[in-house]
Amino acid sequence: MGAKLTETNAVSDTPWLNQDGQQPLVKIKGLTKKYGGWAAVDNIDLDIYEGELFCLLGGSGCGKSTLLRMLAGFETLNSGTITIDGVDMADVPAYERPTNMMFQSYALFPHMSVEKNIAFGLQQDRMPKSEIGDRVHEILKLVELENFKKRKPKQLSGGQRQRVALARALVKEPKLLLLDEPLAALDKKLRKQTQFELANIQDQVGVTFIVVTHDQEEAMTLATRMAVMDAGRFKQVGTPTEIYEFPNSRFVADFIGSANIFEGRVTENGADHVRVKTEIGEVFIDHGQSVNVDSKIWVALRPEKIHIVKSQDPASGPNQVSGEVDDIGYLGETSIYKVKLPSGHIVDVTAPNQTRPMNRTHRITWEDKVNISWEPSSAMLLTS
Amino acid sequence: MTDVKAQKPTIAAAPRKTVFQRFMRRVQNNFRLIIIAVPLVWLVLFFLAPFFIVAKISLAELAIASPPFTPMIEWLDGGVVTIRLVFDNFAYILNDSLYFDTYVNSLKISVTSTIICLLLGYPIAYAIVRSGPVAKPLLLFAIILPFWTSFLLRVYAWMGLLADQGTINNLLLRLGLIDEPIRMLYTEFAVYVGIVYTYMPFMILPLYANMEKLDGSLNEAAADLGSRPTNTFFRVTLPLTMPGIIAGSLLVFIPATGEYVIPDLLGGGNVQMIGRVLFNEFSSNSDWPVAAAVAIVLLFLLVIPIIIFQYFQGKASQDP
Repeated sequence: MGAKLTETNAVSDTPWLNQDGQQPLVKIKGLTKKYGGWAAVDNIDLDIYEGELFCLLGGSGCGKSTLLRMLAGFETLNSGTITIDGVDMADVPAYERPTNMMFQSYALFPHMSVEKNIAFGLQQDRMPKSEIGDRVHEILKLVELENFKKRKPKQLSGGQRQRVALARALVKEPKLLLLDEPLAALDKKLRKQTQFELANIQDQVGVTFIVVTHDQEEAMTLATRMAVMDAGRFKQVGTPTEIYEFPNSRFVADFIGSANIFEGRVTENGADHVRVKTEIGEVFIDHGQSVNVDSKIWVALRPEKIHIVKSQDPASGPNQVSGEVDDIGYLGETSIYKVKLPSGHIVDVTAPNQTRPMNRTHRITWEDKVNISWEPSSAMLLTS
Repeated sequence: MTDVKAQKPTIAAAPRKTVFQRFMRRVQNNFRLIIIAVPLVWLVLFFLAPFFIVAKISLAELAIASPPFTPMIEWLDGGVVTIRLVFDNFAYILNDSLYFDTYVNSLKISVTSTIICLLLGYPIAYAIVRSGPVAKPLLLFAIILPFWTSFLLRVYAWMGLLADQGTINNLLLRLGLIDEPIRMLYTEFAVYVGIVYTYMPFMILPLYANMEKLDGSLNEAAADLGSRPTNTFFRVTLPLTMPGIIAGSLLVFIPATGEYVIPDLLGGGNVQMIGRVLFNEFSSNSDWPVAAAVAIVLLFLLVIPIIIFQYFQGKASQDP
């Protein structure tokens, strides 16, 4: 690695809060891409700061890959601007942009060895041969592929190919590395392991990453910040915690993790609490959020934040309801209980299986009467 | 590890199989062999056997007989078997500069035509691969369309186009671009036009098949790594389309070298190609042994460079 990559990263852990007046590395303004009449990317604004690992998360066809390809210079844009490191990218062709991309298919050159694949980008910069050799050697060490440098891509496993693709994109020390579903082709176990490796490598080299993924777990593990995308627009941009614990809409609450969402009406709006009358009963929330009394609202409850107890006595009071176990999904470490309420609603509750079941039957089983409850802080209020 | 010995495997009595079932079982077991056998028999019957017959004739002498050559094996009185192998025909061909010059001229014309086909066909194939879902089948259809008409008719059509009083000359005269007809028919130019026109689809189709498989993201990856389009072409696209280039070039080069109809009709007597010489030896001179020797030499001329080429090609693809 050259000097640039080994430099310690002086930027703060939360550069997007923009406390020290740092200029964003990538500035996207009003970006729109239309295919026919349909907007794949619809008027997007986004600032990404140096050292971030930013994830674009969304379902297929939401425009996340198009946005990435526009940053790389493979797609023209209909309106808006992309500025990278202060330079407007409008007239800069892909081969002159300070970005490198790791392709979903990896796009390794099949007729070149691992070594030559990685050296390809450096040769384009007319770098002296000895320096190319050093840089290739360094990066191969980083991705632990030194013993495979003479192999052709088809002689490698999927995980090794993924690392070659990463090395080839990283070796040019781009200002911005674009990763299109970098882990999608790996099997589940390898993917989990590689998620952490990828984050570690990013931390070591200090390059800004933009990762496109449809896998929310991947996004949550990797990202410093993430954007949830739908139909060409950002639904919410924030840290993984913000997005999971403070979703701004039903779409985000439901898209990230799972959520039980109920419609209700605000009955009381205090300075430090809100009361909502919902389809399943009264919900008391102990964090203030400015909502209008009598307005229509949605309450979202994460399944893992609901407690479940076997009980014959019907529950009374806010934040608790009685019901009957309708179905159980046993996942090993946790179980999902589908609790049917008298109102007919089904509430998902997950609970860790912290004790080994006696007689091979769980403490809570089908058709048991149960009470479910949650903390006053757990319910999330959604206005849209 | 207790009653291991006590658990004897019990063999269920296999139900008796019918003759048909046993036959089918055999077919299944030898399926690979059967699959390979069909093309093998075909090749032996229609390729290898005729080759040996031609080789045999090339080693005979001209004789006034029917067929007009001496037999290879003769049974003489007293049970003596004579085998006569006459190499005079080959010596004759190799010593007579007419044959040598004709071989060289044939190779010159076929190599040049192959290069022209490649230079024109490569961009055409590339354009077809890159064309839209509506245009692509239409363009491919247009490439194959000439095969609907007889090859001979199409060559005659070219005669009509290229003749002194032909369509092209008439048009140019009428437009006032020329004062007297340009001589095109019965020149080497006409032979090149005919060969390039006829064999172009054989260049385009393998190239198309090869390029169609190319991953478009490779070009993007090269651009992303800082490679300009021309550099990407020479470093990525060209090496990866090499199998298509080789297949297409061989499909043009091999038949073009032995081409008879095109030099005969479009070149007249002015363009000597080995196919014409072979035909003349065979039909006009009725010298079957010399004609056969000409064919055998042509075969080696074509096969040897191809074998050498494939040997190096195979070595190159095995190298890490």
